Amino acid sequence: MTTPLLEMRNISIHFGGIKAVDDVSIDVMPGEVVGLLGHNGAGKSTLIKILSGAYKADGGEIFIDGKKVEIHNPRDARDLNIETIYQTLALSDNLDAASNLFLGREITTPLGLVDDTKMESESRKIMARLNPNFKRFSEPVRSLSGGQRQSVAIARAVYFNARILIMDEPTAALGVHETAMVADLIKELKTQGLGIFLISHDTREMMELCDRVSVMKNGKLIGTERVEDVTEDDILSMIILGKNPKTEAA
Amino acid sequence: MAAGLGKLIKTLQIDTRLLGMIGAFLLIAIVFNVATGGTFLTPRNLFNLTLQTASVAIMATGMVFVIVTRNIDLSIGSLLGMVGMIMGVVQTQILPEMVGFGSPIIWIVTVAVGILVGMAFGAFQGWMVGYLTIPSFIVTLGGLLMWRGVAWWVTRGTTISPLDPTFVKLGGASGTIGVTASWVLALVGAAATIFFLINTRRKHISHGFVVKPLWAEFTLGGILIAAICGITAVINAYQVPTRVLQRRFQQAGEEMPEGYTEAYGFPISVLVVIAIAIVMSIVAKKTRFGRYIFAMGGNPDAAELSGINTRLLTVKVFALMGALTAISAVIASARLASAGNDLGTLDELRVIAAAVIGGTALAGGVGTIYGAILGALIMQALISGMGMVGVDTPFQNIIVGAVLVFAVWVDIVYRRKTGDS
Repeated sequence: MTTPLLEMRNISIHFGGIKAVDDVSIDVMPGEVVGLLGHNGAGKSTLIKILSGAYKADGGEIFIDGKKVEIHNPRDARDLNIETIYQTLALSDNLDAASNLFLGREITTPLGLVDDTKMESESRKIMARLNPNFKRFSEPVRSLSGGQRQSVAIARAVYFNARILIMDEPTAALGVHETAMVADLIKELKTQGLGIFLISHDTREMMELCDRVSVMKNGKLIGTERVEDVTEDDILSMIILGKNPKTEAA
Repeated sequence: MAAGLGKLIKTLQIDTRLLGMIGAFLLIAIVFNVATGGTFLTPRNLFNLTLQTASVAIMATGMVFVIVTRNIDLSIGSLLGMVGMIMGVVQTQILPEMVGFGSPIIWIVTVAVGILVGMAFGAFQGWMVGYLTIPSFIVTLGGLLMWRGVAWWVTRGTTISPLDPTFVKLGGASGTIGVTASWVLALVGAAATIFFLINTRRKHISHGFVVKPLWAEFTLGGILIAAICGITAVINAYQVPTRVLQRRFQQAGEEMPEGYTEAYGFPISVLVVIAIAIVMSIVAKKTRFGRYIFAMGGNPDAAELSGINTRLLTVKVFALMGALTAISAVIASARLASAGNDLGTLDELRVIAAAVIGGTALAGGVGTIYGAILGALIMQALISGMGMVGVDTPFQNIIVGAVLVFAVWVDIVYRRKTGDS
């Protein structure tokens, strides 16, 4: 068996008395999409935020290419080529697309000043690939549509050569056409060998896009299954009942 | 006609808010000029107006950053007073004994000490806001009370006067650079403007961006250069009063030549304002520090998730505010040639008002340096204009307060109309 691109082992975190994530282990292979499912409050987003450096786990280990890594803050995660696209679209509304795309990693001139022209030029190049209809480069992103904003967030991950991509409900705020665009993009990134964690409530969408799904309930991992081995009903029962019908039956 | 003008402004890519503010300033100036029978728009009054604005304008640039990061600093008036007192003691009681009275090193060390103290106190407040997560309103409200108390305690309330003769030149009409140097600076400014315009255009073309038509570039350049030269000409038109010149020649034991005249030129304090405005604008627009300030103001969570240390950023912003307050303390105490316990009283409110009139949004994320400086100028024009017309101080306060609220309302309407929420 090949080494997983990324592995989170026995991760736990609690807030006050509540165990938000309780001894959860998940992994992703290169070129694989792993879906995370569960009710609101099941602990999916919390687990993912540990990986992106927003939270610090109380217990557990993270391995990349079989090597143990430490992630203390978002910068550590970025340095390990882990990029996150958040449900809440972590963009600064008052800045334009290029400023958001390069936020925290600005291109600078030899004098150390921010090179806006170069950054806009790079933004135009990557947008031409991801969303050719995107034209509003000099406006604050607050005036953009949900889909346009999402493409800025995705461009940010793609531009900096993410190896591990975390997408927390990437299509929640999008229309039909834009959702299809994101789905196509996920398939394309998969072929480039990225490992992708996808969080969504849409079970059907997950069955279509993911290779494996992990289901969580009340902070615990209920089970991880290959999508071809389970039905949509199996997944739903795991989410709702918190039991894995496959292991229960056996 | 109106549509054509709108199109022209759009082609030139001029900020309509900036035009509105210049319009407001001109309106105030013209109204007072009529009301005072033509004394408001004289070189002498405009020269004094720039001197009076300097201290508040410098602090307003720092307040833009503070407010953009969704904070407030109510302590600056008291901090100004405290730093002013400390610098007063340093330059009159400590340094003269060490290096001798009148030594040119006195003002340098004094200013350095002042800036360090201002920066340290600012950083301390920023640390409490950023790391202890105490709301800035409370931290700096505490500072407002405490630093004024410290200012009193430094000399038990006595005013320090006179100050070091070189130091005094940094604040008032006694420190001006003369006509020739003023014109040289104006030419340098004009040349820099042309260089900047050409450089930007060349860079945009090299990346294949759409650029303004050439005539628009020439118009814009022409307006900017005309403004630089116009302001310089006005300042240079203010002659040193004959009596002052006569006294100077008498002191030197010489006869004043018949028909001898001399103009002041730019005051040093005004040049400091211009330099700070340029530097702060570059910081805001062209450095990572500035970019992160605006990113944090727009969405603190997004900034944090992008790997920006927003806590440390808060400390830096307040430290910068403290340093700028210290520079204002230099100018304010030098202008009065004395350091009194009440120096800078209520300045925090003037500075916040200047920043807000200049388009800084209290919700954070939005604000410009030039706006804050123009805001300070508008406020000061209003105050000194009313003083000249003979409006009583209580009534002045009523007007200034009303203008502040009105200006913010106009700003809200403007943002709603332009969709720039």
